[in-house]
Amino acid sequence: MSKGLQLSKLIMGDAQADRVVPPTGFTARLTLFAAGAMAFLTVFALALSLASGRLAARWGDELAQSSTLRISAPEEQMAAQTAAALTVLESTPGIASARALSVDEQRGLLAPWFGPDLPLDSLPIPQLIEIVETEEGYDGAGLRLRLQAEVPGAVLDDHTRWRRPLERAAGRLRLLGWVSIGLIGAATAAMITLAANAALAANAQVISVLRLIGARDSYIARAFVRRFTLRALLGAAVGTAMGALAVFLLPSAQESGGFLTGLGFQGMSWAFLALIPPLAGVVAYLATGAAARRTLGELT
Amino acid sequence: MIELDNIAYSYGGGELLSEVSLKLAPGSFHFLTGPSGSGKTTFLKLCYGALTPTAGRVQLFGKDVREMDRDDHALARRQIGVVHQDCQFLDHLPVRENVALPLTVSDRDSLEQHSNLKELLTWVGLGHRASALPPELSGGERQRAALARAVIMSPDVVLADEPTGNVDWEMSQRLLQLLVELNKMGKTILIATHDLNLIRSAKHHVQARVLRISGRKLQLAGADL
Repeated sequence: MSKGLQLSKLIMGDAQADRVVPPTGFTARLTLFAAGAMAFLTVFALALSLASGRLAARWGDELAQSSTLRISAPEEQMAAQTAAALTVLESTPGIASARALSVDEQRGLLAPWFGPDLPLDSLPIPQLIEIVETEEGYDGAGLRLRLQAEVPGAVLDDHTRWRRPLERAAGRLRLLGWVSIGLIGAATAAMITLAANAALAANAQVISVLRLIGARDSYIARAFVRRFTLRALLGAAVGTAMGALAVFLLPSAQESGGFLTGLGFQGMSWAFLALIPPLAGVVAYLATGAAARRTLGELT
Repeated sequence: MIELDNIAYSYGGGELLSEVSLKLAPGSFHFLTGPSGSGKTTFLKLCYGALTPTAGRVQLFGKDVREMDRDDHALARRQIGVVHQDCQFLDHLPVRENVALPLTVSDRDSLEQHSNLKELLTWVGLGHRASALPPELSGGERQRAALARAVIMSPDVVLADEPTGNVDWEMSQRLLQLLVELNKMGKTILIATHDLNLIRSAKHHVQARVLRISGRKLQLAGADL
């Protein structure tokens, strides 16, 4: 029998095979609950993984972009030092472009702190130079040495130094999310195995009667496997729906909220949720099948 | 169809059967007798492959028991109807479905079989009890239901272990009658019993041979019972 046919037979069911095992209300409810709770948790682990994945990607993008050079010098030297710095930067490998910010741009940057009426001309404001890196990046230590020699008033502010650890942390967080999903899957398999073992033990007499009258192991196993697979499928569907609802009802992401409120699904990533119930079903199918084969193999 | 070739069987404690050989010919009728604990049930289990002999060879329908896997055993049991002394059923299903269970598990559950099922239940006198659950049956009714379940697949051999153990004399005669009728239809019958009166009463109806287990050996008992 091909796998596909076997699967469809399993889902469509064999009403008779199903009836040979007496209904067990309690185990059934526990299995449903466990599958549901696990699916609910999976939704959050998945949300965490996807959100930190997005975060890491965003930080990574910005990482590739910019650093800032700040020139503090007496007013009469400012123009000369700025020109010297730009010359140094343009001749540094790994820098795509360097551009001195205009007075208006600098005023824009300072406005949130000092108000729009700042008399910029009368204050010793440092000149900022925006540096855009190439993909390979530049040698920060080497650049600092050259600047020290040629533009004594320059301070290189390299954003990457604080972004990299954050990006690494986001990557770890994402990994943690995936590990959690793996653990949840394994725990689901363990719980279903325990439930299936309990059901098999409770039905020892049924199994021995079936063996006596000539039932194959596969027939007996199917009755149990189908039951647990459908329970896990149903439980996980309910759990996933509730988890999705909970995520949906989270306060929506805001600029200032940053990471925490960014937890959620965007666009296509909602589709990942649809995979949870079938995966739970597959886990239950494999776990119950293994438990049934093991139990039946020990019988005579 | 069932051949035992110089077999021995020992439990952890010691040898229960040794140097046992038997060939069940098609259409034969055998009684197996012997004192309690002499190994009658073990012998029957060896005959349907539930136990593997510790020495010697058992062949079921030409296949060595030792070379049969679990599916082969399942298939062999469809050709051997077994009636246990304490027959067990699926207690949550009515008698009708319990008797039809061998058909169900072998995917031979068809409409045509359902009319056979009705006839069969009437034949064992359980027509009116078809919807009862097994725990509601009396000892005799359970034995007859077990017999019906054992023969529904139309097996070549019927093995019965103390089928009259829990029933009164009248009922045991009725069960015997059913087994004799099966034998007349060509089935091979082997009945384990310690009830010598049952064996004597059978002799009027059928050409039966009596095997006795004594001192771990299987002997063909004489006609002097």
